Amino acid sequence: MSPSMSNQPVVSLRQVGKTFASGLRALDHFDLSVSDGEFISLLGPSGCGKSTALRIIAGLSAPSEGAVEWEGNGTGNAGKIGFVFQEPTLMPWADVAANVRLPLELAQIEASDAVGRALARAGLIDFAQCYPRELSGGMKMRASIARALVTEPQLLLMDEPFAALDEINRFKLNDDLLSVWQELRRTVIFVTHSVFESVYLSQRIVVMTPRPGRVFTEIAIPARYPRDEHFRTSADYAGFCRQVAQSLSQAMGGAA
Amino acid sequence: MSERVLRVGLPVFVLVLVVAAWHAVVQAFAIPAYVLPTPGLVLSTLIADGDLLWHSLLVTLSITFEGFVLATIGGIAMAIAFNQWRVVEYSLYPYAVILQVTPVIAIAPLLLIYLPQPLAVLACAWIVAFFPVLANTTLGLSSVDHNLLTLFDLYKASRWQVLWKLKLPAALPQMLAGLRIAGGLSLIGAVVAEIAAGSAGAGSGLAYRIAESGYRLNIPRMFAALFLLSLTGVAIFFVLSALSYFMLHRWHESAVKRER
Repeated sequence: MSPSMSNQPVVSLRQVGKTFASGLRALDHFDLSVSDGEFISLLGPSGCGKSTALRIIAGLSAPSEGAVEWEGNGTGNAGKIGFVFQEPTLMPWADVAANVRLPLELAQIEASDAVGRALARAGLIDFAQCYPRELSGGMKMRASIARALVTEPQLLLMDEPFAALDEINRFKLNDDLLSVWQELRRTVIFVTHSVFESVYLSQRIVVMTPRPGRVFTEIAIPARYPRDEHFRTSADYAGFCRQVAQSLSQAMGGAA
Repeated sequence: MSERVLRVGLPVFVLVLVVAAWHAVVQAFAIPAYVLPTPGLVLSTLIADGDLLWHSLLVTLSITFEGFVLATIGGIAMAIAFNQWRVVEYSLYPYAVILQVTPVIAIAPLLLIYLPQPLAVLACAWIVAFFPVLANTTLGLSSVDHNLLTLFDLYKASRWQVLWKLKLPAALPQMLAGLRIAGGLSLIGAVVAEIAAGSAGAGSGLAYRIAESGYRLNIPRMFAALFLLSLTGVAIFFVLSALSYFMLHRWHESAVKRER
């Protein structure tokens, strides 16, 4: 783990289980502790309960068993959490600036410069007056991230945000996400099914087993930040990817 | 450009053709004006009876407009109530449907017994027009993107914030489609009620003129009034289409020109 990181957990999941009304067991004895300022990935195949874990942390879904504990016995209240969905999930009738302003409006926070800052961070200043349908997929996702960051949340939850993007855009957004993370020093929990993406971004990867979702293993990625193209093409990166891919394969119950 | 010429030119060409044929048939078979007047006679009647017809047009327009406005307010308010309180929806929706499926022409005579005529006409216009507003708005309010709803939940949005900032804007395209249908229907409702009132009525709208001219065998005036009614329907359609375009053209696929 990086020495710059404090070890105080922002949020912990203790023995969390989740069974849906349909009888589907999505999570089982799921333990996770996330430190302040950490960039952590939940990695696993589709349907392994990673999104469910994220939604439980966000308070959008209640655990069937176990507990979610917040730093200082607090709760994950509005504005403390930013959430980015797999789809951009923008309001089509509102321009980019209005979409980004939404969380502030809902919480009735007066922060005139927050929208501008969030737009600038996402590289969207020139697109503030555009409507979502006028933007490319990558730009829409930027707007979605800007919206999640506009309240400057302590915890940013991202649910496979770049899965639908082409590789060029995904790499670019990975880099931009890392620079925003380094600038703001917020905690990020990033759900993905891409080994390469998780290694590139994270300090720590939680590999999950499918059906029901449990923690199979945790792998630290001790490479230094800032990470860039050099890291992506380095032998270190390839090594980490191999290690993570092997664990994922074991988690799936197959041979490495 | 040539596409545009065709879109305007072809209907005009058809119109000229039909009017010419109409005129020719009347002339050739020496059909009397009380059976089928020539287009020229209809036009001159339109001018000669201008004051009378203009007054009738205003009466019909104002009833149609009032019925439309009340249907819009009532339909949207009821759709919101349905959306917010399931009890209201379950209690009232069947009756809204019954009111809609019962032909208004069959309800009109009853209404004319219980209500003063202007109010009965207005009620008919309202009954036929409110349902499409209700049905479409209800559909729109309930077809909100689930992820956006989740997002509003995440930020602990109040019920009214969800309604005002999410559901109503999301329902706008369907709501406007409902209004477009309601505009034409409120005219039909008003006309039906006036026709039902018939000679007993003290009305003076265009439909009443048609009924009255029919009894008097003043067929040219019947045509002139009918012409004005059609024109009114077309105008209502265009105004509401323009409203819809104006409100949606920046963001909704239905109103956005497709790039090729």
